[in-house]
Amino acid sequence: MRRTRALLVLPVVATVGLTACGGSASDTAAGTASSSAGGDLSGTLTVFAAASLTGVFGNLGDQLMAAHPGLGVRFNFAGSSALATQLTQGAPADVFASANEEQMTVVTDAGLQAGDPAVFTGNVLEIAVPEGNPGGVTGLADFGDADLTLAVCAADVPCGAAAAAVFADAGITAQPDTEEEDVKAALTKVQLGEVDAALVYATDVRAAGSDVEGVPFPEAEQEVNDYPICVLEAAPNAEAAQAFVDLVESDAGRLALADAGFRAP
Amino acid sequence: MTLDAHVVVQRGSLGVDVEFWVGDGEVLAVLGPNGAGKSTVLRVLAGLLPPDAGRVAVGQDVWDSADRHVPPHQRSLGMVFQDHLLFPHLSITENVAFGLRSRGMRRAPARAAAAPWLDRVGLTGLGDRRPGELSGGQAQRAALARALVGDPRVLLLDEPLSALDARTRLAVRAELHRHLRDYAGSAVLVTHDPIDAMALADRVVVVEDGRVVQAGTPAEVARRPRTDYVARLVGLVLLPGTGTGAQVALDGGGVVAVAEAAAGPVFVAVRPESVALYLQRPAGSPRNVWPLRLVAATPHGSVVRCDLAGEVPLTADVTATSFAELGLAPGAEVWASVKASEIAVYTR
Amino acid sequence: MPLPLLLPALLAVAFLVLPLLGLVVRAPWSTIGPQLAQPEVGQALRLSLLSATLATGVSLVLGVPLAWVLARSRIRGRSVLRALVTVPLVLPPVVGGVALFLVIGRTGILGRPLYEHLGVTVPFTTTAVVIAETFVAMPFLVISVEGALRAADARFEDAAATLGADRWTTFRRVTLPLVAPGIAAGAVLCWARALGEFGATITFAGNFPGTTQTMPLAVYLALQRDPEAAIVLSLVLLAVSLATLLLLRDRWLGRGPGQGVPA
Repeated sequence: MRRTRALLVLPVVATVGLTACGGSASDTAAGTASSSAGGDLSGTLTVFAAASLTGVFGNLGDQLMAAHPGLGVRFNFAGSSALATQLTQGAPADVFASANEEQMTVVTDAGLQAGDPAVFTGNVLEIAVPEGNPGGVTGLADFGDADLTLAVCAADVPCGAAAAAVFADAGITAQPDTEEEDVKAALTKVQLGEVDAALVYATDVRAAGSDVEGVPFPEAEQEVNDYPICVLEAAPNAEAAQAFVDLVESDAGRLALADAGFRAP
Repeated sequence: MTLDAHVVVQRGSLGVDVEFWVGDGEVLAVLGPNGAGKSTVLRVLAGLLPPDAGRVAVGQDVWDSADRHVPPHQRSLGMVFQDHLLFPHLSITENVAFGLRSRGMRRAPARAAAAPWLDRVGLTGLGDRRPGELSGGQAQRAALARALVGDPRVLLLDEPLSALDARTRLAVRAELHRHLRDYAGSAVLVTHDPIDAMALADRVVVVEDGRVVQAGTPAEVARRPRTDYVARLVGLVLLPGTGTGAQVALDGGGVVAVAEAAAGPVFVAVRPESVALYLQRPAGSPRNVWPLRLVAATPHGSVVRCDLAGEVPLTADVTATSFAELGLAPGAEVWASVKASEIAVYTR
Repeated sequence: MPLPLLLPALLAVAFLVLPLLGLVVRAPWSTIGPQLAQPEVGQALRLSLLSATLATGVSLVLGVPLAWVLARSRIRGRSVLRALVTVPLVLPPVVGGVALFLVIGRTGILGRPLYEHLGVTVPFTTTAVVIAETFVAMPFLVISVEGALRAADARFEDAAATLGADRWTTFRRVTLPLVAPGIAAGAVLCWARALGEFGATITFAGNFPGTTQTMPLAVYLALQRDPEAAIVLSLVLLAVSLATLLLLRDRWLGRGPGQGVPA
């Protein structure tokens, strides 16, 4: 949890850092600590997960390790597309959790999955504004206001694709000042007060803390972003991988996801 | 328009405190060994180094004093450096015209004014060359032209000949002599070479360890050196002692008979060529005869210079023929004698 | 050539060149034409070249005097100053971008009055791109030029002073030409660094095609969607920078000493 909190504090740094390094994973446990007590799972479990899952998955990983003292769980949190690229380039991992179907398809097209991916949760967009809402943003229509300083995600990344779909549904021509490389970067600009609003995920608003306020909008419900998860074919630790996927899909897992602002699948 | 200088400055462990003046049209040589502080004095005169105390004035203009420091570019001076320091990115003409340009003259007239100076130092036709394309002697001539072109009131020469090879040095020295003779301002020449000082200067100050140890005309300094350093430079052996009439008791031990009566602290100066060497104690009764040991022998033209150790350390120049006849080798015991009339004695 | 030098040198070449070769080999040569024809590519390339050149210009105007102060002046705390101005070299560029927000962002120390009184905002503009690139790249120039100034014989400056040149004239007519090769080398380094700048730019200037999306940003985003397109864009950046550097080398750096810029 120490590491994941750090990720929340400086989300941009962490995300880009991880991406740039091509998979320097966060190490939540030693992974080598052998134990004779209890657990049937041991070794190291490596999970590649979308950056928006940082908080929830970190907690679930801690739970799994608590249940299986011989097990170490390592996470590589980054943008889904970066993770998909790393996986197709042969990065060793046990589990892949994507923030959209598209990037999961990249992985399944490469035949890297062990079983069919399952959608375990969903996320909707929400408008994030700085504390006090200085731009007076009330709904999606404000994204057509050229006088406001606005951030969206670039169309190449999942949150940007979702934003484009929402704008198309609502018939709004967005006037963003910047198309951010990922959702955390967009959120950082809200946190710094440099933009009047950014279109991010509801979970990001929840995780951001008090300097960001959320403005939900009805159009978001038409574009629920599904999160698929799968165990990978080449998983070095398939048993632990399945245990982690099971934990995510369990009631405890759903509760944790709901707490973080995710939708039921 | 006299240069009047009292320079007090600390450079690392060396404390410099020298005082001198240079009249109009006069050339003063500052002679001394390396590290004596000569160049430091010159840097102070140029304004490149503010002195800790003292005073530098030219005529009525004060350049340095307790409450005044005129920066170098506001001093009317020219300086020639040991390794010419011509600007490598400028042509020779541009180098010579540099002082005029930086004092506000426009490009074309400055170049026109530089041209006759190139002629005067014998570099006609080389104005478009870069410094790297000149020989050492040509470069130093160009540097001299560059320093003189604005008719500065003070000309500073920092070892101007020491970077040149022996033959070039001879030619450039002669030329420098000509230009210094024509120069109307005050010139200060820093050198460690007594020949430069003797050939070029009207007066000499000898600086050792930051202090003036001797001043006078080149002839005086050569005849009556006051320190070992100067004595060695001018080829004399200098022995300090105390005069008691016809004898001088040397500070280092031993007694020297002299022709002129001497009293009190004196220097005894012995020319190496007046020292004669023998394998046996010479017959007759010369008064100045000492048993010494040969420590080194080096050929010097047609003579061999023999360094002798013993009660009275001497240097003797003997002809190569005599040296061979004596069959001397380092370590040999010899007798040395000097006629009293050949020995110079003067008060310390 | 001695083997203990030759062998590591060859390894170094392989280490540096093979990844580039990888790009060339894996490039989708059959579709490269249409890929390049997309208007975004030309737009991003133009913006990159423009902003990197402007950043180099700003770095020259401000950085050369700074290098002079570091190399020649006797001010107190010079070593602290040197350490401070080279911080952007070790600072992760993204953090640099955040730091720029804190100063000239809309709510920043200088940016807030600028915004409130003049209505000027710097972030998300091409100006912001130039600022971010200058912040990251200028230290390269300063370090190069300071090194050149230290290596240059300061006695030439003494000589100029004795010829009536004040410090400014000396700097212009003697120091500058003497260290011209060092300045050129520093400018090239600075330009190359600015051209490849990513982290500070995407943070402080954001990413918008035509105004702030430089080539590295376009490459990064293309990588999210279509790695082949990213390779194509990288090759374009590579080709343009190589061509520029080779051209400049012939023009400036290839000349021998004493053949610098004429006064």
